[in-house]
Amino acid sequence: MPLKQAITGAEAVAYAMKQINPDVVAAYPITPQTPVVEYFAKYVADGVVDTEMIPVESEHSAMSAVVGAAASGARAFTATASAGLALMHEIVFIAASLRLPIVMAVANRALSGPLNIHCDHSDAMAERDSGWIQLWAENAQEAYDFTVMAYKIAEHKDVRLPVMVNFDGFIISHGVEVVETLDDELVKDFIGKQIKMYPLLDTSNPVTYGSIDMYDYYFEHKRQQVEAMKYVPKVFKEVAEEFAKISGRKYDLIDEYMLDDAEYIMIALGSTAGTIKHTINELRKEGKKVGLLKPWIFRPFPKVEYQRLLNGRKAVVVLDRSASFGAEAPLYQSVKSALYEIAVKPQIGSYVYGLGGRDITPTHIQQAFEDAFKGDLIVDEERYLGLRE
Amino acid sequence: MPANLFEIRWHGRAGQGAKSASQMLAEAALDMGKYVQAFPEYGAERTGAPMKAFNRISDERILLHSSVENPDLVVVIDDTLLGNPDIVAGTDEKTILIVNTVKTVESVRQKCGFKGKVCTVKATEIALEELGRATPNTVMLGAVAKVTGIIELKYVEDKIRDMFLKKFGEAVVQKNIKALHRGYEEVICNG
Repeated sequence: MPLKQAITGAEAVAYAMKQINPDVVAAYPITPQTPVVEYFAKYVADGVVDTEMIPVESEHSAMSAVVGAAASGARAFTATASAGLALMHEIVFIAASLRLPIVMAVANRALSGPLNIHCDHSDAMAERDSGWIQLWAENAQEAYDFTVMAYKIAEHKDVRLPVMVNFDGFIISHGVEVVETLDDELVKDFIGKQIKMYPLLDTSNPVTYGSIDMYDYYFEHKRQQVEAMKYVPKVFKEVAEEFAKISGRKYDLIDEYMLDDAEYIMIALGSTAGTIKHTINELRKEGKKVGLLKPWIFRPFPKVEYQRLLNGRKAVVVLDRSASFGAEAPLYQSVKSALYEIAVKPQIGSYVYGLGGRDITPTHIQQAFEDAFKGDLIVDEERYLGLRE
Repeated sequence: MPANLFEIRWHGRAGQGAKSASQMLAEAALDMGKYVQAFPEYGAERTGAPMKAFNRISDERILLHSSVENPDLVVVIDDTLLGNPDIVAGTDEKTILIVNTVKTVESVRQKCGFKGKVCTVKATEIALEELGRATPNTVMLGAVAKVTGIIELKYVEDKIRDMFLKKFGEAVVQKNIKALHRGYEEVICNG
């Protein structure tokens, strides 16, 4: 029987990991990721999981430990945020290039400085080009569901790439919401037996990981990473379909909210997408044809889907919770570039919001929609919501 | 706003249990078949510093992830905060205020300038009498149940049992249930 619980996003992720029962977890505490590791450490201490938990001295070591574990053939997990993810940066790339199916939960938080512990997306965006699959959760339910789905995507023989499950720091990690969890057995059967490929511990078939690779083969190896990403949308859809059978919750590359007849479409990642849905419900009562396109997956970026969904609409408003100093914000950049090839281009505008945890309310969202209704969007202008100027 | 969305803002000092109260309320409302949210506002984490916590309760799935701007109910756990302008922020004639205080409804209204309905309950006194400790949370939940009807006492009783039975035994559970009922019975409202 599915169980409805009032729990935080952090607890939801830890609960999913308890059901997955990974071989190795290595993590270093950092706000707002800490409760994920605390809850999981309790499962280890209580003996409800068989996991080897490695307390490490830094995030660089945490990622290094899970890389070693995954290369040896173990199912490995870590969690981090902000400066912790930044400290992992070097090994984050190595995990992807070694094609290791690691899963990492990221409670998205601003990067210093100035020092700030609250939510924005600059930590994950700094790893945008690292070769990891990036899933983005709107709420605690999605954080739980994506954690359950992640290994099946990562370990698929056509993919073999690490997966980052992003959920907004504090807003989701520390907020209590209703989460419907699945039975332990159901999750166990869904995850299935791990598909091992080239494990180091298979001594009768010795392999080398992380060897030197100069201009003779490095490029070919990078090309294989590019290729692997192309299989992700198909595999994600298959896994999502299987997950729907056990949960009743249907995921896709993109969450389409009131999109069918929408003339004005907003695009945003994470928890703000919920606040946008709420605002859309209100605007729809006034007869406004508004909708939301929420990326459930940001890397790889399913360009064709954006082209199909945005062709011929009146206006597209892209909200970014991170900035790219001296260039366009990352989500806007991706969307704008996808629209280059479509037949009937909508007006498009960029809005940066919520840096360092600045609250974003329905009033701000409505304000951006109002600009779109008036035809007041400028393609090369970056605007800001909820900022004192 | 959907008509059935009820929003609460809790004011207390860090360490007084506003966060736990908001969580217990959320769990009780979940058992009543509602959708819920409970989340604190995180500032500098120092015991005794003013802090806020929030609840949303609805018959439908809650989509909002912004902070609560216009609460339907404001609960003040520590009456030394009444002079803080945050108490009345975003409130109007329709908002309800419940304060843990020995002061009268009139003096509370005078102190904070609240325009809506004002209720008081001597929650710390009741907690000291029933539990022997100045932990007013369960008393405040009783007052919230009486004034708003958004939670029913029997569901809060179940949560009290879940929380205290294993750790402290049946006697502590009964004392907390009595404190809850006294909050329900002894809250005084005006306006």
